[in-house]
Formats: sequence, C-alpha cells, structure tokens
Amino acid sequence: MSRPELQAPPEIYYGDIEAKKYTNNSRIQQIQADMTYRALELLNLPSDQSAFLLDVGCGSGLSGEILDEQGHVWVGVDVAPSMLEVALDREVEGDLFLQDIGQGFGFRPGSFDGAISVSVIQWLLNAETSHPTSSPPHRLTRFFTTLHAALRNPSRAVLQFYPTSDDQIQLITSIAQKAGFGGGVVVDYPNSNKARKVFLCLFVGGGGSTQQIPKGLEAEEDVGQVHARFEASRQRQRKRDKNGKRKSIKDKDWILRKKELYRRRGKEDVPRDSKYTGRKRKTVF
Amino acid sequence: MVRLITHNLLACHAKGCTSNNFPLQFKDVQVELREAEFNPDFLRGFIPRLEWGALVDAARQLGDTSLPAEPPEMLDVEFLQKLHHVLLEVHVEEGAMICPNCNHVYPISNGIPNMLLAEHEIG
Ligand SMILES: C[S@@+](CC[C@H](N)C(=O)[O-])C[C@H]1O[C@@H](n2cnc3c(N)ncnc32)[C@H](O)[C@@H]1O
Ligand SMILES: [Zn+2]
Repeated sequence: MSRPELQAPPEIYYGDIEAKKYTNNSRIQQIQADMTYRALELLNLPSDQSAFLLDVGCGSGLSGEILDEQGHVWVGVDVAPSMLEVALDREVEGDLFLQDIGQGFGFRPGSFDGAISVSVIQWLLNAETSHPTSSPPHRLTRFFTTLHAALRNPSRAVLQFYPTSDDQIQLITSIAQKAGFGGGVVVDYPNSNKARKVFLCLFVGGGGSTQQIPKGLEAEEDVGQVHARFEASRQRQRKRDKNGKRKSIKDKDWILRKKELYRRRGKEDVPRDSKYTGRKRKTVF
Repeated sequence: MVRLITHNLLACHAKGCTSNNFPLQFKDVQVELREAEFNPDFLRGFIPRLEWGALVDAARQLGDTSLPAEPPEMLDVEFLQKLHHVLLEVHVEEGAMICPNCNHVYPISNGIPNMLLAEHEIG
C-alpha cells in the first residue's frame, strides 16, 4: 500500500475509524513511544525540570501521554479532528488545538522550551490544492518560520519524519535553515531498513557552532538486535538515574494512581505498568 | 482544553494581522475546573514569560479575580497556588476567542479551539 500521505489529506485519512485503529494498534504505540523518548533525549532539556513543550501533529496523544508522565506541560496541535477526539477520550493533559501547521502558528515569541514532532512533517510535502499558499515550500516556510519564533533562545525542536528521498531531506533542512534554525539531520540505525529513523534536530540560538548535531544510534543490521540495543541503552540510563539524585516530578505512585483512575473509568489501552513506568530518562550524546 | 497558560501565549495569526493582535478576547465561554498537579518550580520559571496584564484580564473574563494587578515580589506558596489554579486548572470548554485587531473568530468546541484559516487569511 502506498504511504498514507499519498492517499488523502490528513484530516480525511485520519477519520474516526483510522484514528481509533491507529491509536489502539500496540505495535504503533510501541514505535511512537520509542521515537518520543528518543526525541526527548535529543531535545536535551535540563534534567530535573518540567518544561513547556509544543507537540507538532500531536494526533491522539501517544507522545503526549509520555510528556505527561515525564512531568512536562504541553500544547498539541493537529489538523485531524478525529485524532484530537481520541486524544480527548484518552484524557491527556495537554491543551489541544485544531490547526494546520502549514498555515503557521500564532504563538508569541519565546513561548516554548522546546518542540517535538513524531511522524508528521512528511505530510507537508504534498500539495493539497493548486492555490499558491498550498505549495510545499510555502507551507514549510510558514511552518518553520513561525515555529522558530515560538521557541525560546536557546532551545531545540526535534522532528522525526519519513522522507522518501534525500531530496526531501535536503528541501526540508534548507527551509528550516532559512527560517533561522541551526542543526541538522540525525539518522538512527542507518543500516537497518526497518529500524532506520530520521530526526531533524534543530537549534534556536545557542551561539551557532557551539551546539553539535548529536550522533545517530548505530546498530547491527538485524532488527532484533537493534531493539535489544535500544533497551540496553535504556537500562544503562536507568542505572545512572538511580545513582544520580534527580527527583522525578511525577513519581511512579502518581502515575500508577492516575492509570488506576483511568482504568476505573473504563478506559481501554492504558499503557501497562512496567519497570519503566515513571522513570526519567537521561540524555546521552 | 484551552487554559490560560496557553491563551496567554496566543496571538492572532491571520494574514497581515501583526499588531494589536493579542490577547484574544473570550466570548460566550463555558468553563470547567479540573485539578492539576501543583508544581511551584515550574510556575516560578514561567512567570517571566507571561503578559501579566493580559492574564489578569482573561482571568476576570472567566470570573476569577484572585490575581493581583501586578505580580508580587515575593512568590509565596499562597500566591503560587492562585496562579496555579488560574493557569492550569481553568479549562475553557465552549465559546470563542476573538482577535481584537481583525475580529477573526476562533471557535472553541469540546475544549478545542479551531485555529484553521481560510485560504485568503493565510500569510
Ligand atoms: C502518523 S500520525 C502521528 C501522530 C502522533 N504524532 C503520534 O506519534 O502518534 C500523523 C499526524 O500528523 C497530522 N498532520 C498531518 N498533516 C498535518 C498538518 N498539516 N497540520 C497538523 N497536523 C498534521 C495528522 O493529522 C496525524 O495526526
Ligand atoms: Zn487578527
């Protein structure tokens, strides 16, 4: 099957049925969660504070639930009403907006401590109408310019996306740079067809060259090993967390209480409790 | 779920609307209160980002008059709890936000503001 963004505009593709199917699919939940944790790692926020974050194309809140768990306050924007409705049902804590990111944002300068986006901006590469304001470069320019303005100096935006070609990566990074961002592309597991992930890691301010683009994760070709390796690195971080004196903003008890509450209200697919529940992850570059 | 923390950062983004486009004015709002976790450190760090006058006005529009006209010098717990309530626990569920400059109406339904612009309003 061809890629979703080639089939229909996002608010149509993610209608009621697809929005539920997407959100309830446990494989998708896992992948989006992994990428959200990785995006947070690349965001490199001060380690023991709550931040005010923007989730670009927040969808049904799969990332938002993790932002909640990590004690961040967030705003999510998405153009698909059905996805936002699922997010409401899941009782995520962020403020949700129905917004087309290709039309740009109206947030005041310096509003956010950072932004993440998971599996979204490839949608901006397809023109939806023949109107000049809907050409991909025009929409990308409005998006990156107003995103840049909405972020604090210094801060970062980390956007995972699915390019179909190097030309697309080139187009997106060059427009982001023109909008004022530093940084570039981080590719995790570049040699694995399945695990390969592209993150645009953008910097606002911070003295230009002082911020190095982080390294992508490397792994053996085999995907099983990729996963093992990702888990292993989490274990390592976990050890460090235990020894370090970081204080979790939302502790494990709080999250378990909240999950229990959700379950009692009859919510399905509350993430199961695991040894990772309520644990902060530390940045490793 | 527009809360005042977000409303305070939101300006009109319609084409050509670049001055006097903040704060958006509430109209016909329905409000719900929902408890949130109190995080004094987060609030202290956030205060410099706020347009205080706009916050006090917006809170009044929603029927909350607990905030002083100027932020106090001493950020004691009592004050931070009021601020916490105003910023994070008051949810606007229905109504609209209207641009003071171009009068664009951003309707709010089910807690979600519709920020979509028509083709001729896109910059
Ligand atoms: C694959 S989903 C990812 C959702 C969420 N980030 C996650 O990780 O689960 C892609 C999302 O991008 C949203 N999207 C696509 N184009 C958009 C646009 N122009 N403005 C806002 N959201 C958009 C879609 O509505 C959809 O919710
Ligand atoms: Zn306006």
